[in-house]
Amino acid sequence: MKKTMSMIAALVALTATAVAMSGCTAAPAPTTSASAPTQSTKLTVVTHDSFNLDKKTIAAFKAQTGYEVTFVAPGDAGTVVNQLVLTKDSPLGDVVYGIDNTFAARAIDAGVLSPYTSPALPASAKAFTADVADQLTPVDYGDVCINADTTWFAAKKLAVPQTLDDLLKPEYKGLLVVASPATSSPGLAFLMATIAAKGEAGYLDYWTALKSNGVKVVKGWTEAYTVEFSGSSGKGARPLVLSYSSSPAFEPKTENLNQTCFRQVEYAGVIAGAQNEVGARAFIDFMLSHDVQAQIPEQMYMYPVDSSVTLPADWAKKAAKVDAPFSLPSAQINANRDKWIKAWTAAVVG
Amino acid sequence: MTLRRDHGRTWVWAVIAVVPVAFLVIFFVWPVAALVARGFFDASGFSLVGVSEVMVAPRTWRIVGQTLAQAAVATVLAVLLGIPGAYVLYRTRFPGRTALRALVAVPFVLPSVVVGVAFRSLLTESGPLGFLGLGESFAAVVAALVFFNYSVVVRTVGVLWSRLDRRVSEAARSLGASRVRVWWTVTLPALAPAIASASALTFLFCASAFAVVLILGGSGWGTIETEIWYQTTQLLDLPAAAALSVLQLVVVAAALVAADLTRSRQERALTLAGSPVDHRLRRGDAPAAVVTAVVVVGLLLTPMLTLVWRSLQTAGGIGLGNYALLAVGDGRPSVWEATANSLVTAVVATAIALTLGVMVSYLLSRRPRSVAGRRLLRWADAAFMLPLGISAVTVGFGFLITLNRPPFDLRSSWALIPIAQAIVALPLVVRSLLPTLRAINPRLQEAAASLGAAPARVVATIDVPLAWRGFGLAAGFAFATSLGEFGATTFLARPDRPTLPVEIFRLISRPGAENLGMALAAAVVLAALTAAVMAVAEYLGPKEATSW
Repeated sequence: MKKTMSMIAALVALTATAVAMSGCTAAPAPTTSASAPTQSTKLTVVTHDSFNLDKKTIAAFKAQTGYEVTFVAPGDAGTVVNQLVLTKDSPLGDVVYGIDNTFAARAIDAGVLSPYTSPALPASAKAFTADVADQLTPVDYGDVCINADTTWFAAKKLAVPQTLDDLLKPEYKGLLVVASPATSSPGLAFLMATIAAKGEAGYLDYWTALKSNGVKVVKGWTEAYTVEFSGSSGKGARPLVLSYSSSPAFEPKTENLNQTCFRQVEYAGVIAGAQNEVGARAFIDFMLSHDVQAQIPEQMYMYPVDSSVTLPADWAKKAAKVDAPFSLPSAQINANRDKWIKAWTAAVVG
Repeated sequence: MTLRRDHGRTWVWAVIAVVPVAFLVIFFVWPVAALVARGFFDASGFSLVGVSEVMVAPRTWRIVGQTLAQAAVATVLAVLLGIPGAYVLYRTRFPGRTALRALVAVPFVLPSVVVGVAFRSLLTESGPLGFLGLGESFAAVVAALVFFNYSVVVRTVGVLWSRLDRRVSEAARSLGASRVRVWWTVTLPALAPAIASASALTFLFCASAFAVVLILGGSGWGTIETEIWYQTTQLLDLPAAAALSVLQLVVVAAALVAADLTRSRQERALTLAGSPVDHRLRRGDAPAAVVTAVVVVGLLLTPMLTLVWRSLQTAGGIGLGNYALLAVGDGRPSVWEATANSLVTAVVATAIALTLGVMVSYLLSRRPRSVAGRRLLRWADAAFMLPLGISAVTVGFGFLITLNRPPFDLRSSWALIPIAQAIVALPLVVRSLLPTLRAINPRLQEAAASLGAAPARVVATIDVPLAWRGFGLAAGFAFATSLGEFGATTFLARPDRPTLPVEIFRLISRPGAENLGMALAAAVVLAALTAAVMAVAEYLGPKEATSW
């Protein structure tokens, strides 16, 4: 028995060694050489968890390039960017898709991307590159907006509200449900919309007024839309919900409030230190190809950056593009995100 | 025990100890330690500034308080309700008992996102139980946590209870002790190790609950786990996450120590019956039966039936339309393909968890003669429970910075999914096997050895038959845990090869009645699969146990 015990003691020592080892995991940083791009037969694509494309399209990409392609989808845009920052010393993959404008500046500042300008980038997409220079390539965009249950408003003979200020009116008291900016990316986008509209000086006053008017804040989009919203199959109690400008294409008896929207742009980029830079670039070009761009509305609920792609019929009717959404520079978002959320939490949640 | 035999056994012990410890170090301790260590280093080297800032913030302590309150209340309730449940389901006999046992196990492995939505639909202003006003409240979180963990108490306690030799309590009764007195002086002390185990497990699950807390707790409610998730995935504030991880470790360790103290004070060699002891449900069992019926119908069945009912609602009325859609992939893996992926992953994860779990339990059930040896074993016991209480986010992000170079370059490998699931299932396997293994009277083993039986023969003829019942349960729990695991899997799952819970989460996060309907139908499929697995485990268990 004594032997057993001394062996267990040895194992404890082994554990301690492992813990100590973990303190020195820093490896030499990969240098992005100006020489020829790296290439390999394997390609690892890191995406957010909403990534979705037709299997046949992906198979065609594999056949065309001959790469053995692996997809990893570790979470939402924030999770993806933070994982890339964390693994800068030994990159998680070759190419990333799904970084959005609320997190782009963090990825760029941390130096986790390699510059690339895709020859496939359509002219219509140039408008989305201001924030990201040659580090990220815009692939699609969408608008986070308030949606209304038109049946409910018709039954009550009440006009559907139009603007952010309308939401403060007494006739709309207790009708709105939104997702929390602290736990949800559409929630964060709506906070940004109010900051863009009311300024850093005024957004908290707006939220205080919204709170007095009975706004309900829930964890995420799912709880807001499928449980609390009266216009979805969940048949909740509230006829106004934070969702996307594209949602009415899927719930016909709802409509979008075009003057409450915040623009989200999703990008792809080559990961710095990629083993297969050639493949990474090919994947970005592939994301801009007509075939992929045409699938984006149905598969990922976003608008393609290529404006020559025709939207599906339901979309043209119910989910038309928003003309003048609110937006904020990515650098400003990155510098203030934490501060804004904390201030919002203190003001609204208490 | 002769010296020669001791030498011959050393290498066996070495394998039994090294394999699970190495596994835990590589796939758990190292990743977690590496990530937490990052929080203690800034640009200029080692620094306590970031961590200490978080430690003194009032918000941190409010979160710790909320975590403890939520876990403590839910654990006490689960134990109080679970003990009558264990009695009715394991000590009495009635038609439909096997089905009921399986049913009770289902909530435990349901994806928490789906349970959150089911509870919310019930409790929201316009829901069937909206009048209770519990939409977003402490009570709602606690109810959901009890929903998840009721089966942990029922099974852990029930399995031991079913094997308690009736003769001891009968002797006490015949000596004139009242039923209450027998319960307090004979039955409860005998069950104490299992109750301590179940409480520790439940507390760890409740303290580290994540999605349910976010969904039902409302935006002001936060626990250590949700805060670690937020600081790590959204802000990448590693010092804050490290400080919280250290606090989490302290809470978990305290819970384990408390459970261990209870257990070691109470543990004794029990007289176990070879086959389960039960009796027909009788009038005296009415209070326990009523409590159990109320819990099963009110707390377990109502949310599950809400789920089934909502899964049957389609655009064209009530029907199976959502289920028909499960076969349609629409260009990506269908829900049935995701189900197949989940089953394959679960088989691998169960195999890993059982192999390691048997080794660990066997090791931990030994009774070393030296005080130091016993202390070491108790530490080892606690160490194997840690994965339950440590944030999946910390483990998932830890994988990224440790398993990133050969020979462990596994970050984008499918193999990491069953491995991560096995780590989560391992404590459950150990907890299912240990109480029965520990309760085996050592005199039986000694008697066999002194009669000339080789160690392997002692194991084969004494330990294995007695532990078999625990083994079926352990396999069932491991398989079901793996089927339902979401927290760690979500960081590792591959979009082209999703597991069922990940697919449910994906569907429920998209607009349109059809996606929600499919998500709920898929959740019902997951629940049915789980019930089937637990029923099989139940069925395989008792018949093999032979009397001696």
